[in-house]
Amino acid sequence: MVVAAPHGLPGHLVDFVAALRSHGVAVGPGETIDAATVLTAVDLLHRDQLREGLAAAVLRRSGQRKVFDTLFDLYFPAAIGAGTAEVDVPRVGDDEDGAVDVEALRDVLADLLRDGDDAALAELARAVVEALARTGSSGQGGRPGAQPSWSAYQALRMLSPETLLARILDALRDPDVEPGSFADEVLRREIRDRIARFRDMITDEVRRRTAETRGREQVARTAVPKQAEQVEFLSAYAGQLAELRRTVHPLARRLAARLAVRRKHAKRGELDMRRTLRRSMSTGGVPIRPAYRTRRPGRPDLVVLCDVSGSVAGFSHFTLLLVQALREQFSKVRVFAFVERADEVTHLFEPGAELSGVMNRVLREASLVAFDGHSDYGGSFGSFAEYWSDALTPRSSLLILGDARTNYRDPNLTVLRRLAGQARHAHWLNPEPRRQWGTGDSAALRYADVVPMHECRTAAQLADVVESLLPI
Amino acid sequence: MPDVSPLQSPAFGSVADVTERLAAVGYLASTAVATTVFLADRLGKPLLVEGPAGVGKTELAKAVAESTKAELVRLQCYEGIDEARALYEWNHAKQLLRITAGQGNEDWDRTRDDVFSEEFLLPRPLLTAIRRPDPTVLLVDEIDKADVEVEGLLLEVLSDYQVTVPEMGTITATRKPFALLTSNSTRELSEALKRRCLFLHLDFPDADLERRIVASRVPELTEALTDALVRTVRVLRGLELRKAPSVAETIDWGRTLLALGMDTLDDDAVRATLGVVLKHQSDQVKAAAELRLN
Repeated sequence: MVVAAPHGLPGHLVDFVAALRSHGVAVGPGETIDAATVLTAVDLLHRDQLREGLAAAVLRRSGQRKVFDTLFDLYFPAAIGAGTAEVDVPRVGDDEDGAVDVEALRDVLADLLRDGDDAALAELARAVVEALARTGSSGQGGRPGAQPSWSAYQALRMLSPETLLARILDALRDPDVEPGSFADEVLRREIRDRIARFRDMITDEVRRRTAETRGREQVARTAVPKQAEQVEFLSAYAGQLAELRRTVHPLARRLAARLAVRRKHAKRGELDMRRTLRRSMSTGGVPIRPAYRTRRPGRPDLVVLCDVSGSVAGFSHFTLLLVQALREQFSKVRVFAFVERADEVTHLFEPGAELSGVMNRVLREASLVAFDGHSDYGGSFGSFAEYWSDALTPRSSLLILGDARTNYRDPNLTVLRRLAGQARHAHWLNPEPRRQWGTGDSAALRYADVVPMHECRTAAQLADVVESLLPI
Repeated sequence: MPDVSPLQSPAFGSVADVTERLAAVGYLASTAVATTVFLADRLGKPLLVEGPAGVGKTELAKAVAESTKAELVRLQCYEGIDEARALYEWNHAKQLLRITAGQGNEDWDRTRDDVFSEEFLLPRPLLTAIRRPDPTVLLVDEIDKADVEVEGLLLEVLSDYQVTVPEMGTITATRKPFALLTSNSTRELSEALKRRCLFLHLDFPDADLERRIVASRVPELTEALTDALVRTVRVLRGLELRKAPSVAETIDWGRTLLALGMDTLDDDAVRATLGVVLKHQSDQVKAAAELRLN
């Protein structure tokens, strides 16, 4: 139930800030004071002004906004309890406490989605969650008197808003627009977007109600989305990966800018003894003008060898995008993909190529599978060494991406050692947590003896590793 | 806590007042923009605006200046900008002239005090903004382009609104300027700078606001066409593109359609003009494929 904070509004604000901190948004005491000043300056009756005001005071990076919004909704909820819903949920038999009439409800929902009325949709989401928890739907029989249980899954399965798409589309479609045309496609995506927003509303509402019964701290711990760069590659779902891919270009730009600063600071090399002495000849052996070793910006060839099997595809894709975005830092990039055997896929990563769906093309067009489609690191290294070992020269850096799970096949350490010896540097990026290396069929620890292996579970970690590996 | 001095009353009365006055000068602000502008003015803190290109970051500064009848002082940052370009510079040539003119008539002490005085100081944007007695909006544009050292320079100006000139002492603002910094986030700004500012992430506006923006910028467009434009651009933003179209592109698109005399956004019109909104070839190919434009 709702408990007032022991220290009033300031205490509540401090709780809110603490929750932000525990989700990786660094808010200092200075920002907290700013936030408190904001509370005095804005009109507290306008919730959206309060939201924007607090965001301006405590946030420092745009990626933090989603975390902020979710926590804001938990700590400054728009309503308490059922609120004062304007929308009536249709019931079976027009009984106030009867079960929810699913078909009638879907009609209402379809109408609102068609009009795109967000405010009314939010009201409906609130009413639906409330009604379902209290009385159940027509399909499952009533459950009056039972302890309310909030479930987004249940609500969404019952409403299944996705199935309304065709119906809304038919209602909205201009009679003289032919199906399958551009205008039609735009409309379709728009409706799909509205439906996705409605799903979010239901989820938010359930989160809010759960917070009221179970305490907001507990909900905040589990139900707040992670910032994109803190998401683990191996457990990310498609939506998160897509969001992550949007951050690739800003990330690459940031890395390049940081690199430029490092280069500038490292411009002056060490003293070059031989040339200094040679110069001092003209001044009678007194070294008046010292000569420095100048650094030549090394732009190595990069050879990327990446596992594209299902388990690590998300990680490989993101890393390849990052490598492509950093293309200017290398004189040449060659990309090889492998599952059971290796094949060159550099041509798919040409400048200007469309990269968001490139992994499907890699799997479709390259010959990577020999028998059963499970990754075989030893076999892949073998085939790479056999056909493309000339790609590795003393100027090139070898980058291997994969989780080193060999499915208990021969890890082929000898070949990897030979490949690593041919290249100037060799590094292995592994998306698995370090503590899982070497467990089960993972040969990570054995490979790590041959090639330095880095843990890259999240985009933030990957960025750090890539930055340290880039040539100065 | 830097408080607003009693001499200086805040420029805006309420968030609604901000929205209204910005709208009066042709800038349609979302709640987020209006609230942060109001707070920046009320709390006397600089405002750091971050966001993709073409969403109206610089326009915001101009609109704030116009709506408060303040002068806009602009510091455009670029790689290699330094103290002499941002803060102040001594007018060496004039100092030399002064010394030559005074030769023989004056002792050294007087000459020295004289050449390091107001007359020989060339104020650059930051100092100009600090010293102006009238309302001022200081715009530091594209701060992320400047080197890290310049951020250090800004810290004194933005937190205490003062500038220290070693030869003359510290110059404190008589009237705090409304400071607005913009960034395209090509690099991470230092924490020290960020925590002195209020932060606003200016993103693409929602559909309704964008419709009103386009209507106010290209009033000749019919309502139906504006609506179709905005909806299409929003769908394009939903695709995974290299460069998502921003408000500026929507407006350009509207103007293009107008210039070509097209009054509906059908397949042919989109195909012919897609280059106005999508600037990368691969983006165009992808959008055409996904939106069945073939």
